[in-house]
Amino acid sequence: MITKLVWENIRFRPVRTLLSVLLIAVPVTLILTLVGLSEGFLSDSARRARGVGADIVFRAKGSSLLSFSGASLQSEFVDLLAKQPHIKQATGVVIYPIGGFDSVSGIDVPAFEKMSGGFVYLQGHGFQKPDDIVIDEYYAEQRKVRAGEKLKVMNIDWTVAGVVEPGKLSHVFLPIQILAEKTASEGMVSQIYLKADSEENVDTAVAALKKKFEEYPIYTMREAISLTSVSNIPLLKNFINVVLGIGVVIGFSVVSLSMYMAVLQRTREIGILKSLGATKAFIMNMILTEALIMGLGGTVFGIILSYITKFTLQKLVPASLPPAIVMSWWPIAGGIAVGAALLGALYPGMLAVRQDPIEALAYE
Amino acid sequence: MNSPIIEVKKLRKVYLQGKVEVEALRGVDLSVPAGEFLSIVGPSGSGKSTLFHIVGGLTPATSGEITVGGSNVSTVGDAGRTELRRKCVSFVFQKFNLLPNLSAGDNIRVAMHISGMKLEFDKRLQELLGLLGIAGRLEHRPSELSGGEQQRVAIARALATNPAILLADEPTGNLDSKNSDAVLKILRDLNEKLGQTILMITHNPDAAAYGHRTVHMSDGQIVDTSFRPE
Ligand SMILES: Nc1ncnc2c1ncn2[C@@H]1O[C@H](COP(=O)(O)OP(=O)(O)OP(=O)(O)O)[C@@H](O)[C@H]1O
Ligand SMILES: [Mg+2]
Repeated sequence: MITKLVWENIRFRPVRTLLSVLLIAVPVTLILTLVGLSEGFLSDSARRARGVGADIVFRAKGSSLLSFSGASLQSEFVDLLAKQPHIKQATGVVIYPIGGFDSVSGIDVPAFEKMSGGFVYLQGHGFQKPDDIVIDEYYAEQRKVRAGEKLKVMNIDWTVAGVVEPGKLSHVFLPIQILAEKTASEGMVSQIYLKADSEENVDTAVAALKKKFEEYPIYTMREAISLTSVSNIPLLKNFINVVLGIGVVIGFSVVSLSMYMAVLQRTREIGILKSLGATKAFIMNMILTEALIMGLGGTVFGIILSYITKFTLQKLVPASLPPAIVMSWWPIAGGIAVGAALLGALYPGMLAVRQDPIEALAYE
Repeated sequence: MNSPIIEVKKLRKVYLQGKVEVEALRGVDLSVPAGEFLSIVGPSGSGKSTLFHIVGGLTPATSGEITVGGSNVSTVGDAGRTELRRKCVSFVFQKFNLLPNLSAGDNIRVAMHISGMKLEFDKRLQELLGLLGIAGRLEHRPSELSGGEQQRVAIARALATNPAILLADEPTGNLDSKNSDAVLKILRDLNEKLGQTILMITHNPDAAAYGHRTVHMSDGQIVDTSFRPE
């Protein structure tokens, strides 16, 4: 019966309810989009890392796996590492950030193609002229260019030689010598990818490398990929926490205000219920049930909206921020929305409970 | 005469309006036997509604002794008064006070739900609805009903929970004479056929004549009691 009462209340004031639901949906969408972006970005990175075809990644002293450090590893290491036990091949890359979440990768083209199995060209061809640049399909879509057209990257005009299938290391490629020249990092690389002679020997190879190059971060690709998850990146984690906080505050205020209005609007009805003998628990139950419904409605609506933001972002910036839908966060975002809604309804609920029935009945 | 179902002794009620004390009731003594249909008349502000609000447990008395349905209402707290409204006393108001969002039937069901009853319309309730002439109007919302129908729904809601006492505060105040007559006849029928104890406030002497007895209030006191000439 309470549910019916609440339901009829909601139906009776659809605009107020809809507005509240919409406003609760905003933080839900915010949270889900942010998490989706992080997840999407990281899974895209992981996919690209896998696409390199390497088994092991070797980095400069003191650099961390997830930071874009400049080229700080002598390129002599490439040949040196190739000679280590169980290592079949080594190739160095220079990674140069170009703002936002994007970076250009300088690759030793033949070695990289050998390790990764080669680019699949959707348009155009490989590097031929010194101003050639190769980009993947996502980046081409994002910058709206086709093979043969000009593209400005790092403030330099390049010609798009080819557009390749995405999923190999990076979205933007240059030959390593050219990138090194433009960024004054000749003879240096950012990291070195290694391929073992066989799958079983990867761990042995890593152990041997770690022994020999003690101070250098060395990961198997499997480790490297498993490290790229949202909770492993402190900055992202903090950012998400801030957004969660904002979500709680918005949800709380919206519901509080909405229920406060509801209690005022319904002063008389609450008085009637009291005159019929409704207990305090009954009134509180009614208000909280309404808040619960709004919280749940906001969650569902927020989830729907997160699909819309995903779609929009995919259209706008497919390469930089490939968003994902992270269902495991639905209950978290929903919990926050519902929790904030219930919390926000408590004070108005108390007001309703405390209302003097005679005054409430006299209320116009 | 039956034993009293309402006993009020030396009842006083003082309202605080800002810093000013308003003495709404100044020593009311009243005894109502079960099964009586009592009319209460008196000028505006004489304390009629206040008396109902205290007897019906909407507000506590300032002093005095009130026994309703065998339990001492003057000493119970907020929860006790809620219990009184839930089980023992029902109100009918001048302004009908139906819940506007709910159909007539659901208005009745809410009251039944609140007093902890099953939500089925049993034979007794069906008879009551028939007597009130609203059996066919239960799906309608209050806004779709005439004033007379709304008041009859309010009476049905009040009596659905089988209260010992019905307190009707100017139940015909918002009705034209035809609907007034209908409602008053219904109240008399309910009293005669079901033995329902009814207290009714009214400004209209003709309406008051429907009761067995009329109590006159003035300035927070009962000044006169007259019986219906048989
Ligand atoms: N909640 C309240 N706060 C302060 N004063 C009140 C309150 N309720 C009633 N009063 C005062 O108590 C007195 C009695 O009021 P009450 O409503 O009982 O009169 P009444 O006989 O029902 O009048 P009416 O015929 O106009 O309905 C009035 O002077 C009124 O102003
Ligand atoms: Mg009155």
